[in-house]
Amino acid sequence: MTPAHPSPPVKTVSLPDVAARYGHAADRIARRIIICAGTGCVANGSLQVHRVLEEKLRAVGLDTVTTVELQDDHVHDVHLSRSGCQGFCQMGPLVTIEPDGILYTRVQLGDVDDIVELTLQQGEVVERLLYVEPGSGQHHRGHHEIPFYKLQQRTVLKPCGLLDPENVHEYIHAGGYEAARKALCEMSPEAVCDEVARAGLRGRGGGGFPTGRKWQLTLAQPGEKKYVICNADEGDPGAFMDRSVMEGNPHAVIEGMTIAARAIGADEGYVYVRLEYPLAVQRIRKAVADAEALGLLGDDLFGSGCSFRLNVMEGAGAFVCGEETALIASIEGQRGMPRPKPPFPAQSGLWGKPTVINNVETLASVPLILLHSAEKYRELGTEGSPGTKTFALTGHVANTGLIEVPFGVTLRKIVFDIGGGVLDDRGRLAPDAFKAVQIGGPSGGCLTEKHLDLPLDFDSLRGAGAMVGSGGLVVMNQQTCMVQMARFFMQFTQNESCGKCVPCREGTKQMLALLDDIIEGRGETQTLELLEQVATAVGKSSLCGLGKTAPNPVLATLRHFGSEIRAHVIDKRCPAGRCKALLKPEILADRCKGCTVCAKKCPVGAISGEKKQPHTIDPAKCIKCGVCAQVCRFGAVVGV
Amino acid sequence: MSHTIDSIETPAPIRHFAKVCDILGRHRNDPSKLIPILQQVQDEYRYLPEEVLTFVATSLGIPPAKVFGVATFYAHFTLEPKGKYVIRLCDGTACHVKRSHGILEALYGRLGVNAARNTTDDMLFTVETVSCLGACGLAPVMVVNDEVHGEMTPEKALAVVDRILEKETAQ
Repeated sequence: MTPAHPSPPVKTVSLPDVAARYGHAADRIARRIIICAGTGCVANGSLQVHRVLEEKLRAVGLDTVTTVELQDDHVHDVHLSRSGCQGFCQMGPLVTIEPDGILYTRVQLGDVDDIVELTLQQGEVVERLLYVEPGSGQHHRGHHEIPFYKLQQRTVLKPCGLLDPENVHEYIHAGGYEAARKALCEMSPEAVCDEVARAGLRGRGGGGFPTGRKWQLTLAQPGEKKYVICNADEGDPGAFMDRSVMEGNPHAVIEGMTIAARAIGADEGYVYVRLEYPLAVQRIRKAVADAEALGLLGDDLFGSGCSFRLNVMEGAGAFVCGEETALIASIEGQRGMPRPKPPFPAQSGLWGKPTVINNVETLASVPLILLHSAEKYRELGTEGSPGTKTFALTGHVANTGLIEVPFGVTLRKIVFDIGGGVLDDRGRLAPDAFKAVQIGGPSGGCLTEKHLDLPLDFDSLRGAGAMVGSGGLVVMNQQTCMVQMARFFMQFTQNESCGKCVPCREGTKQMLALLDDIIEGRGETQTLELLEQVATAVGKSSLCGLGKTAPNPVLATLRHFGSEIRAHVIDKRCPAGRCKALLKPEILADRCKGCTVCAKKCPVGAISGEKKQPHTIDPAKCIKCGVCAQVCRFGAVVGV
Repeated sequence: MSHTIDSIETPAPIRHFAKVCDILGRHRNDPSKLIPILQQVQDEYRYLPEEVLTFVATSLGIPPAKVFGVATFYAHFTLEPKGKYVIRLCDGTACHVKRSHGILEALYGRLGVNAARNTTDDMLFTVETVSCLGACGLAPVMVVNDEVHGEMTPEKALAVVDRILEKETAQ
């Protein structure tokens, strides 16, 4: 495979040949064990499980391979492979056994013996490792039975969790790079743009701009040199779908970029990845190297005469670089500051050349459209927002993880069916605990109980004053203070504001100060008016998306939680009991049994009283830590 | 792209910049590669020493102000040396609603550091917060150098610190 001297292009491999040889070798292996090696499962020790499992398999004499070699003609017992993130991080390490269809959760080193001896050698299921549904206590055997997976429609995410992300041959065997070949050899650039436009694919990075149109605009620009950039600077706190796709299916991103390059006539591309995702960086770099070795990146791809080269660049920790003009500045070696648009990157982007910037999930969806047609793609989702969307479901919900559902699904289905319901502060399922869902990160908004049956898509969310954003869904229970949440996001955007334009730089600071006033009990009616005025002004006058959307969490809180914010300002009371300055702890005399537990536990000795007599709290000494309320068995301590 | 220039003959006075020269050579002294260059310099020194920044600027033929501008703009770059163990506590939305703040307070308390002075005097620990590590399913999350610890509590976080301290004193 290595070229004799550096310059002549590597001839692109024959896809059917690789697929057939991989299939032949893989068919000779009786069983496959897939261990999730996404960031979450690795943190839970999945790599150690992999190592011990491999030793055990060999010790009991099972012929085991860890990767499928194309030239391998032997019969093996087990293919022990790693996959990318399967999305159910909280249950990790996850171990899947095929063709038995078993999914074991929270597998520890001590479970390895049972997996090998009972399941592999005797065909028995190890009950204790199966997923148990929190509500019903029912045991589920595999993906097809677990509600978290069963109720999803995984298309983009499907290969994450099945394929070995580090094996390009397996990706090809699963139909990979066929869409790129089709685009390069059978379709004109216009036809590629049109197909994606007809599919109605909209940018998954937050804006929801139609991808096909973006490509058409860039194609129409004059000039020999054009660029494709994959925006993998997933900075929204609470979103990790791009990380999962890059870790689990990096070749889909490369293939999507190759198709985009064909569509606009580019010959060079950049993947700009967040450096907080070391594993994603490593996987995408390996995938690029493997693709180059097979002639899937480079010159004269598939004999079409077209070239495409890909560079991987790591970010350096600036949220604003998710904004496309700031990202371009960062690739050029500048501070990541946005510039006014127009000109749009399609007209003048990287090094002043026409540039298309797409998000990871968008690019990973592109091969599916070309492979199965635009019509097929439109079968899922809604008229205005076709296809599926991945959401990162986190916060106070029973099943946290990465999910993929068609646009148009309701919030209720996501939170209560897939998510399994809302948890209270003690981690117990509680039917009344739901308060809100924060969607779209620091630029998004809140959805409340009245939005539970709203079909989620780009347009309906905009109507509700929220946005899809990058797809973070953080579920919040009744014990969450919405003013504190608004402050949290404002602190974030204030930190990340690049400082170039005054409305964002100063406005976020002022809004933060006003929110602090409210939280610390200094709020007045004018504070609320001022907050709304500043928020509106910052939204209207900021330079880039970061500033324009920074007031959204504040405006959403004012809109949906007006009574809660007014309680802070007027009654000086925090209904969720989270704002320390507003707490007024007291002991209800009729409930207190005088057991003295609270007095003993109080770290500052603020509680006094005779044994078997009602106790009292000295407000001068009390630090409002809340220990007394936690230890009281009679619910006598209130207001903290 | 990533071929190393094997041996750049460096004169004796700037011998301690040999590694920097090597990094610059790998990027062919291309000013547009400033960010990857600074990343690799920081990997080498664990921070960006001021004299190195000036040296980089001169080598790339750009004003030192530009290099300082980039180095201070991005959160990843630090002009101060960091501890041997960098503890990064995630304060993304998911971790925040699951009370990551209590963990931060506990770490600050145990190690005697704060937001303004976040490295211990013995240069063993640096405590910082990051906006999201993308491991939201395991919230709250803490990363020590490259090792991810999920579903943290203040107690578990302090146990991780104690294990490191034990290992360090044993050596």
